[in-house]
Amino acid sequence: MSAAGSPHPEPAPIGGRIWTPFTAVLAVLVIIMAVVLGLRFVHGIGRVTNLSDGYPWGIWIAWDVVIGSALGASGFTVAFIAYILNRGAYHPIVRPALLTALFGYIMAGASVFFDIGRYWEFWHIFMPRYAQVNSVLFEVALCIAAYTMVLFIEFLPMLLEKFGMVGVRRKLDRLLFAIIAIGVVLPTMHQSSLGSMLLVFGPQIDPIYQTTLLPLLFLSSTVGMGLAAVVVEGSVTSLALRRPVEGDLLAKLMRVGQILAAAFLIARFVDLGVRGHLGDVFVARPLVLMFWIETALFATPVVLLIGPAARRPQRFFVAAMMMALAGILYRIDAYLVAYNTGAGWRYFPSMGELSVTIGLIALEILLFIIAIRVLPVLPRMGRPRTAAGVA
Amino acid sequence: MMDRRKLLTSLAGGAAAVAATPLCREAEARGNHKMPGQAVGLLFDGTLCIGCRACMTACKDANDMPAEHTELAIGNYWDAPLDISGKTLNVIKAYRDGDATHKDQVKDGFAFTKVSCMHCVDPSCVSACPVSAMTKDPRTGIVKYNVEACIGCRYCVAACPFNVPRFTYDTPFPKISKCQLCAHRMGEGKYAACAEVCPTGATLFGPVLDLHAEIERRRALAPGTQTVFPRGKIGGTDTYEGPVGTYVERTYGEHEIGGTQVLHLSGVPFELLNKPELPRVAPASISESLQHAIYNNLIAPLGFLGSLAVLAWRNMRPKAAAPKPAPTPAATDDDKAGAP
Repeated sequence: MSAAGSPHPEPAPIGGRIWTPFTAVLAVLVIIMAVVLGLRFVHGIGRVTNLSDGYPWGIWIAWDVVIGSALGASGFTVAFIAYILNRGAYHPIVRPALLTALFGYIMAGASVFFDIGRYWEFWHIFMPRYAQVNSVLFEVALCIAAYTMVLFIEFLPMLLEKFGMVGVRRKLDRLLFAIIAIGVVLPTMHQSSLGSMLLVFGPQIDPIYQTTLLPLLFLSSTVGMGLAAVVVEGSVTSLALRRPVEGDLLAKLMRVGQILAAAFLIARFVDLGVRGHLGDVFVARPLVLMFWIETALFATPVVLLIGPAARRPQRFFVAAMMMALAGILYRIDAYLVAYNTGAGWRYFPSMGELSVTIGLIALEILLFIIAIRVLPVLPRMGRPRTAAGVA
Repeated sequence: MMDRRKLLTSLAGGAAAVAATPLCREAEARGNHKMPGQAVGLLFDGTLCIGCRACMTACKDANDMPAEHTELAIGNYWDAPLDISGKTLNVIKAYRDGDATHKDQVKDGFAFTKVSCMHCVDPSCVSACPVSAMTKDPRTGIVKYNVEACIGCRYCVAACPFNVPRFTYDTPFPKISKCQLCAHRMGEGKYAACAEVCPTGATLFGPVLDLHAEIERRRALAPGTQTVFPRGKIGGTDTYEGPVGTYVERTYGEHEIGGTQVLHLSGVPFELLNKPELPRVAPASISESLQHAIYNNLIAPLGFLGSLAVLAWRNMRPKAAAPKPAPTPAATDDDKAGAP
């Protein structure tokens, strides 16, 4: 990417002040999270959460891990498009996407660490003598840990460039094809398994959501969410930094998102029909309402991106937001709303749980801002970009 | 462009094939696990239970479980636990209707039931646990918990359809709690404390096959006639004489998610006792069949990895790349290995 005559400007730190009112607010949110976590580690999970034996998993799992990592799928989706499909035009967005993914996965890992009761034993997951290969969670945990390492290696060039370590960088480049390939396989594995995790819950998950198609539904919506995250992040970064929007690229990404959303909807309804539960979604009850909101959200990018209007930044931005929301809601519903272990149990996240989730998101944004200011993440500005797509 | 289209098609085909494997392999599903021949369990006969809750106390003692105070609305009084929890492994609950004057009667009646681990033949908690902290004893079939291995993820709590494994949320050093059928006392020739102490034999310990035979014997007798019930454990000398109950047709635990080693007889329908309605297929069997179909010796993931690596290598190798079919920006972008 550094060769002269390359169509893309090299990535470079954008510089500028790190401490602004916005980043200060983020820092405050992170401090609140730290206080809540202090209480959690001193007094136990019950002190700061609304978790119970009826809802042993709350938003620290459903949001921070399941949704956080799905939005982090931006990394593998873009790497796949840029390197496996060889769409070099996408290189400018690879680095920010990988960075978001890295932070997203680190946050997911951190959240698991806060959530598991016996966190000091977490290393058992990596010890063969404790391994339990029938457990979907075992596969998910190993795979997410491995992928976080891969993301770090994919991120290394940015650090190596920063510190001028050209020799190491060159050696790493030679292996990069393998790392990129592993970095695509691992997320397809654990993102689909995050759906399979619900299979063992059996009839505790409502039949609208409980299906052997869960891994496929989770995987397809993950890729859609990853693409949406790139589009939203790309648009917001451009606006915030007053750079031209990578309109052409982002519009094309959302085209893929549109196809995935359509595929998701078709798979879902066909599956409901095959299993004989299509009638369930026409019975008035709260979960069915959630189902139809999800369906509307998945349908929005499909409808919105028909025809040439799909290239308009406002269009694909809204489509991306809806796609991301659709995937988020689908996961919250599948993990929490559709879960029912018997009468008498209630769950709504506590202030403590919300503070930690919000704090983690704030930390992620804060780290991203710092990274693009000091590391070569975004393309260097200076010469005018092609204005295509900004129209 | 053609190349890319071909490539996309082949990749999509591969992905579809991988995705379809679990669907085509229904035949290879592992099916529900079978119960070990020497499996032991409990028979709880609700018609014999008098609600004394001696089993709850004995369970606390035998398992060193802390006391739990259920605050009452009035005054400085408290009562026994209302439900199993991180501190309580066994609870007797009562159904009541109307003036609750007739035992084991739906209308204006009352009935007792026991809440504790069902010791599933194919347990979801064992299938879920990522670190082998939940295990099923290959000989006795007892579902055991090893706190030394546990990481506290609570997947077992979420997975159990009987809502049995419980967690201690109020301590910084938590653990899972569940009935282990007093496996730790069996070395001393003892058995489940709840059965040992039961005055009427309502909770009875024994080999599951013998428990099933005892159920058949009770069902064959005319309701209301006097009979001799074994007390404590099956095959012992201790007995209790009483009338035969009027049982509902169903034995709870016979088929639920592939059967359980704790079996319930009742005089009132089980849905009134808050026992969940469950399918005969074990969710663990569905989950594991699908998971192992996808990760069948890692063949599919490794195949996928191999093809991706070849493509990435072709696209990323420096200079030597074959002439590019289409002069897209990508074509020139690859010289000097496009690192992210």
